[in-house]
Order: sequence, then structure tokens, then C-alpha cells
Amino acid sequence: MTGRSGSPSVAGLSPMGEPLTGLGHEDGPLLRRRPPFGLIAAAALAASIALLPLAYLVIRVTEAGPGRLLAVLTRLRTWEVAATSVGLALAVAATAVVLGSMSAWLVARSALPATRLWAVALVLPLAMPTYVIAYAFVAAIPGVQGFAAAWLVLTLCTTPYVALPVLAALRSVDATVEEVARSCGASAWVVAHRITWPQVRPAVGAGALLVGLYVLSDFGAVSILRVDTFTRAIYTSYRAGFDRSSAAILAAFLVVLALVLVWLEARFTGQRGPVRGGSGVPRPPMPMPRRWLTPLAVLPLAAPLILAIGLPVAVLVSRTFAVDTGPVWSAVARATVHTLGAGALGMSAALLLAVPVGILLGRYRVRGSRFIASGVLATHALPGVVVGLALVLLGVTLMRPVYQTLVMLALAYGVLFMAKAVGSVRAGVERVPWVLEEVARSQGCTPREVWRRVTLPIAAPGVVAGAVLVLLTVMKELPATLLLRPTGFDTLATQIWSRSEVVQYGAAAPYALALVCVAVLPAWWLSIAASARGTDGRSGVGRG
Amino acid sequence: MSGDLVVAGVTVTYGQHRVLDDVSLTVPSGALGVVLGPSGSGKTTLLRTIAGFLQPSSGEVSLGRRLLTGPRTMIPPERRGIGVVPQEGALFPHLTVAENIGFGLDRSAVSQARIRDLLARIDLAGAGARLPGALSGGQQQRVSLARALAPCPDFIVLDEPFAALDAHLRGRMRDLLRDLLTESGAGALLVTHDQAEALSTADCVTVLREGRVRITGTPEHVYCHPGEPGVAESTGEVVILPAQVVARDRVMTCVGEITVAGTPAGTGAWGRVWVRPEQISLTVLPPRIRAAVAETPERTSDAEAGPIDGWRVARVAFYGHDADIIITAPASSAPILRARVPAPVSLRPGQEVLPAVRGVAVFEA
Repeated sequence: MTGRSGSPSVAGLSPMGEPLTGLGHEDGPLLRRRPPFGLIAAAALAASIALLPLAYLVIRVTEAGPGRLLAVLTRLRTWEVAATSVGLALAVAATAVVLGSMSAWLVARSALPATRLWAVALVLPLAMPTYVIAYAFVAAIPGVQGFAAAWLVLTLCTTPYVALPVLAALRSVDATVEEVARSCGASAWVVAHRITWPQVRPAVGAGALLVGLYVLSDFGAVSILRVDTFTRAIYTSYRAGFDRSSAAILAAFLVVLALVLVWLEARFTGQRGPVRGGSGVPRPPMPMPRRWLTPLAVLPLAAPLILAIGLPVAVLVSRTFAVDTGPVWSAVARATVHTLGAGALGMSAALLLAVPVGILLGRYRVRGSRFIASGVLATHALPGVVVGLALVLLGVTLMRPVYQTLVMLALAYGVLFMAKAVGSVRAGVERVPWVLEEVARSQGCTPREVWRRVTLPIAAPGVVAGAVLVLLTVMKELPATLLLRPTGFDTLATQIWSRSEVVQYGAAAPYALALVCVAVLPAWWLSIAASARGTDGRSGVGRG
Repeated sequence: MSGDLVVAGVTVTYGQHRVLDDVSLTVPSGALGVVLGPSGSGKTTLLRTIAGFLQPSSGEVSLGRRLLTGPRTMIPPERRGIGVVPQEGALFPHLTVAENIGFGLDRSAVSQARIRDLLARIDLAGAGARLPGALSGGQQQRVSLARALAPCPDFIVLDEPFAALDAHLRGRMRDLLRDLLTESGAGALLVTHDQAEALSTADCVTVLREGRVRITGTPEHVYCHPGEPGVAESTGEVVILPAQVVARDRVMTCVGEITVAGTPAGTGAWGRVWVRPEQISLTVLPPRIRAAVAETPERTSDAEAGPIDGWRVARVAFYGHDADIIITAPASSAPILRARVPAPVSLRPGQEVLPAVRGVAVFEA
């Protein structure tokens, strides 16, 4: 009765999950390691940099004064924009939940031919930027625009955010529990309702909130389809030029909405599904018999893929090669190089900020780490257009020397994608419990050798996956790049956008095709890596 | 042979809390010592101190004539020559079984031969190229043991090495551990909360409770002469009876007089006595004696202890090698007792028996 009872008050460190300590868990809360000061300092610095745009936005709004704030907030148009944004987010979340859950269920529970292939295909829409799909729709059917079109396009893009967590949750449901329920006299329908659904619900909720966040931050699709959401309003208000504080106020409004979603999402993912009792690996359930599998059942899986990938690629290919696009290939090549460069830049910036934070959160449980974690989480809520705007305003006023240089762009990418990178660094580091390093020490390794032979090899795959994810996302990023790029630094994304803005649909096609080609490789690699980790990622370290 | 492992006066504190409080113990050269303690007793902390992962606030650890941890000495883990077998094995997930075992070795041909050797010894000769994830819990545990022994350490420490294993695997793992230790000549210290594991494995047992050493000795000594109730409870099953002191080393209970260790309180004082189930012997009363006993009308008053009659077998739980006999005395307020008798068992529920206690028990006022 000595260890555990005394620890919380003694340590004063609220237990955040099971501590990662050395031999056994017994003395965990008592003999927790302290992070080196340098690590805390680096992490705190990274978190402050990440919060810089947000802080500056607050300053701008305060400077604008209450009168200005009131004027913007009482304007009818502000509330129209808010209603459109929230309405679109709700609508897309609803359809993405239905479509995503259905496809996850089909992949997890039905005797589909080539189930693994479908699981990989489920991820693929993530490689398609929303503005490319929107552009393809507009190019295919001229005149398409408005709320319904944005709803469809964004649903196609965001369904994976629901489908993937639900698929993971469904796969972790232990079939034994369902069988016991059946033996207690429950029908298949009752089992689905009372046993399976409660275990999947947190995944659905978290996925839906993620979709909502994505829709609120989307700039490309709503701009091309001319739907007046916050992001578009902020951009046009900034472009109009004379009224920057009202852009800042709109941006602050949007950030508040997004923060609410992030907060809800964190709460959802915090309360995971019910804890499974007993030990051992959950047994996968019997797949549904194939006779249930009419071609109609494959429709929820196949149709979104056709619309999100098949149709756009077909349109882009035909536009690129059929219409007289002229000698643009050198421009496309230059933009591709810029895109790759931007990706590498953003990846490095995000990793630089994320590594100290990820190590701190993954290895140590200290008082400040929760604070830093919330700071990083908050940046997750920042739409690209908001970060872009805040940094433009900051650059014009306080950071003139680096304004419109790659430094500014790197800063924006770092802030925008740090949260993603922190997640993967943290997950990678958490795969190396202290005990492994201690064993290595007892086997004669110096700390440096332990790092080289144990820590790095185990943590690296997760970190690399995170880096590739950031690379992919940076290459697709539109609004911040648009606002902050140095003059002449045209990426594929900005080229597509400026071409489609002036209704040169044919001219945008080669850029869009190049972007899809560039993005598809990392996306494919990621989905394969993810499914490989999911199936045989069990280590010898034991559970937890 | 590398000499005795000596832990002297080790204290580990965290804030106000003493995880280890002046712990001293000795594992003789080449012997296998076991620390037995419930979770939270500080036994893992003790292992970590010995392995060099933790600096105690005071105390020393030495191996043979070499001081490993002391007031001004802290040899890093990699230079101690102490192998570690953590809970659940903790194999390196990114290395194959052979690479795990060879982690602390160089890449020479001699090392390769050593790895092959150990693989064969742990019955995993064909599994060298597999990844730990593909092994069962028992196999992982064996690889972990081989990894710890591969660099020929002077000493190894093991943290609950059998905890995750099935009963029949435990026996095999225990034998393997003993064999490998004997071959290598290394001493070892194993910590566990399982008393059967501790008693059956150890050359010497140390019972740790709340960070303090309560007793050290051979398994037999610790089990038969625990000295205090807490140790008696943590080293095996006990039956607790109310008792009254009748002489310096004798107490009276509901099953008659019992010899106790030490000097209890003065005559007439009440307390409790801790008895092992197998110390209770049961005699089946022939009908004639039973009648005679029944005729004796005098009953000791409630204020004074004394043997109760009318004990009957309530239930027999047969385990094969022995059996638990649950006896009750329905007519009195005496507790339900559990006696353990070796097979074959002839007792049947309902039979009248006369219980008596052999050997020495622990008394506490």
C-alpha cells in the first residue's frame, strides 16, 4: 500500500495515462524521470512560435477596438457567412458520417473480394486536394457552383476522416462479446445497436468533428465553387485591401468556432471506447456471408472513389491532352519544383518545431507538458487562411525584413502542420519504452549507442510517416501559400487557383494533373504503411 | 564465480516517501536469491538500484570486491556486468530473436556460436530469424533470459519473470533458469509477488514489505518460522485463530494448545495466532470416544479459551496431491477452519473430527 497511495499528492503530477517507466510499472508514479531543461525550453519555444499567429490576431482584434468589433459583428453579412460555414460543416459532417461508417463497416465486416485493397482505397481521397476535385467538377460541367456542389465535393474529400477511425474501431471490437450477446438472446440488430455501436461511437464522433474542422478551414473548394464561407470572406475582405481589421475580426470568429470543435474532438478521443477486460488479442468477427453482398452493397464504397478520383483524373487527363494547352510544360515543371521545395521546406519547419514537443509529450509527464500539448492542439484549429492572414499582417508591421520571403512561408507551414508532426513524433517515441533503453544499457551500451541502436530505429518509422504526411499536406496547401509566397514562387496549388479564378479551366488542368501525380505517391505509401502497422505492428514489448 | 552481491543499507526516497528503507541483503556467489513482496513493496526499485538505473539516497551495492553504487560511486549500467530480465521480456521489437540475444555481443564468429548455443538451450533453435512479435509470451521470456545471459554477466536480475506464464510453463522456465545459471556460474536475484514461485525457486528468500526487509533465510526457514503475521501471510496460506496465552510459548485456542515462537504477552492475554493449513491435523474419532466426549458436559466459559468439540467436515476440496478440508463446529461460535491433508484422503463431509496443531505458529497480541 505504499507506492500508489502516496504518489499523487507527493508527486503533484496528475497521472496522464500509464507512465512509461523502466522495469515494471510498480514504481512508475514515484520514480518518474525529469526531462532535461534544454528539452523543456525547446518545446516551450516551439509552442510559443506555434501560437504566434494566434496571439497576433488577438492583438489586431484588440487594436481594432470594441466599436469596430461591434460593427463587424452586427453586420448581417457576417452572420450569413457564419450560417453558411456552420451549415456546410454540419451537412458535410452528416453525409461523411453516413458514408464513412457504411464503407468502414463494409470493409471490416463483409466478405468483400480484396478487402485489403479496399482498405487502402478508402484512404486515397485524402490525396486529392479539395480545389482539384472542385475544379474538375467545374471543368466537366461548366456553371456548377454553390452550396450543394461544395457539399458534395467536401463530402468526397472528408469521408476518410470518418471511415478510417471507424474501421479501426470496428476491427478492435471483440467478436466474443457479440457472440455472447447473441447467445443471451439478442438479435443481430440488437447486437449492432447495443454492443457494437457504443464501441464505435467515439470514433464516429471524433471523425465527425474532424470533418467539421476540415470544412471550416477549407478555402480552395469553396472559393472555386463560390460559396461564401468564412475562409472566402476573410480572403476577399483582405484582398479588398482597405479593411484589414475586419478580416482579422472574421478570422478571430472562425478561430473561435474551430477551437470549439477541437476542444470537443479532444474530449471525444479522450474518452475512448469501453476498456476490454481480460488479455489476449481480440478475435475478429465472422465476416457477413457473401450472399448479402449484392453489387449494390459495393456502391457506397465504389461511388465516392469514382467521383473523387476517377472523374477528376479523367477530366484532367482529357483537358490536358485534348485542349490546346500550349507550351506550358516548362511552367508546370517549374511549379512542380516549387511545390516539392515548399513541401520539403514545410516538412523541415514542422519537424523542427515538433521534435522537442513530441519527445517531451511522448516520454515525460511533467506539469508544463499538458499546457504545451493544449497549445499545440490549438494550432490544429487554425485554418490556413487565418495563419496566412495573421502572418501577412505581422510581416507588414513587425517582420518587414522576412516578409515575402521563404522564411515567412516556412513559419506558416511550421505553425499549420506542427500538430500533425507532433502526433507522429510522439507516437514514434512512445514505441520506445524506458525499459528497452535500460535493457540496452545493461547489455553494455552507452547512452549514445542506445540512441543509435534502439531508440532511433524503433521511433523512426513513425516519425518518417509523420514527415511524409506533412510533406503531402504542404504540397496541397493553398491559402497560406497564396498569401505568403515570395513573388514569382508559383506552386502547382497557386497556379491551379489563379487559373481557375479567371475561368481558364483548360489552362489549370496540366497543373492539377501534375499535383495529383506528385501527391499520389506519398499518399499511397502512407496508406500501405498504415495498414502494415495495423496488422503486424505488435511488438515484443507487451501491451500498453 | 564473481563473489557475493551485497546490498547494504539502501534507502530510496521520493519526496516524503521511502520506497526502500535501509534494505540490506546478500546473495552468495552463484546463488539464486528471491525477493518476495506484494506490489508496491519496492522490489522493482531494488532491482533498478542494483542494475544501476537508479541512485539511492543512501546505501551501497557491491558485487564481490567491486563497489557498484556508493555515496560517491555510481558505475553506469553498461559497465556493471549485470544482466536484466524485465517484466514481460521487453525484447527489442525491431530486431530478430538472434539479434536480440546478440545485442550485447560483438559480431565475431564466437558470438554467433554463442547465439546458436543459447537458441538451442531455450528450445528456439529454428527461430533465430523471427521477430519478437511472432513469439508467444513464454518464448519471449526465454529469449529475454538468453539475452541477459549472452554476454556472460557476473550477475542477473529478473523482474517477475514467470508472472505472465501458464502454470506448466512456469515450471519449465524455472528449471531452465536454474540450469542456465548453474552453467554460467552467475548469481541472480529475482523479484516476485508469487510465494510459490519464490519458495520453489530460491536458494534464499528475502521478504520485503513496505520498503523494509522483514526476514531473510532459506525458503524452508522463512515459511516455517515467519516470525511475524505479515511474513506468514505473504509466504503462504494461513488460518487465523483467536488465542489466549497460557505459558511463555504456549497459547490456547479452539483447537487446543499451540506452541508459538517468541515471547508473547503475559499469561491470560488475548491475541491471534497464525497457523498454516497443513499444520492442522485431523483425527477421525471412533464412535466410542465420540460418545465419551459427547458425555463430558462441562464447557469452558466464554471468557476463557479452550478446545471446542463437535468439529465436523463441511467440505472436501480435492486437488490431487493434497486436499483442503473445511471443518466447522456448528454448535459454537468458532471460526471455519481449513486444514490441508496429503492424498489419499479418506475424510468425507459430515464426519466428526478432532483437530490439533503441530509445530510452531506465530502469535500476536
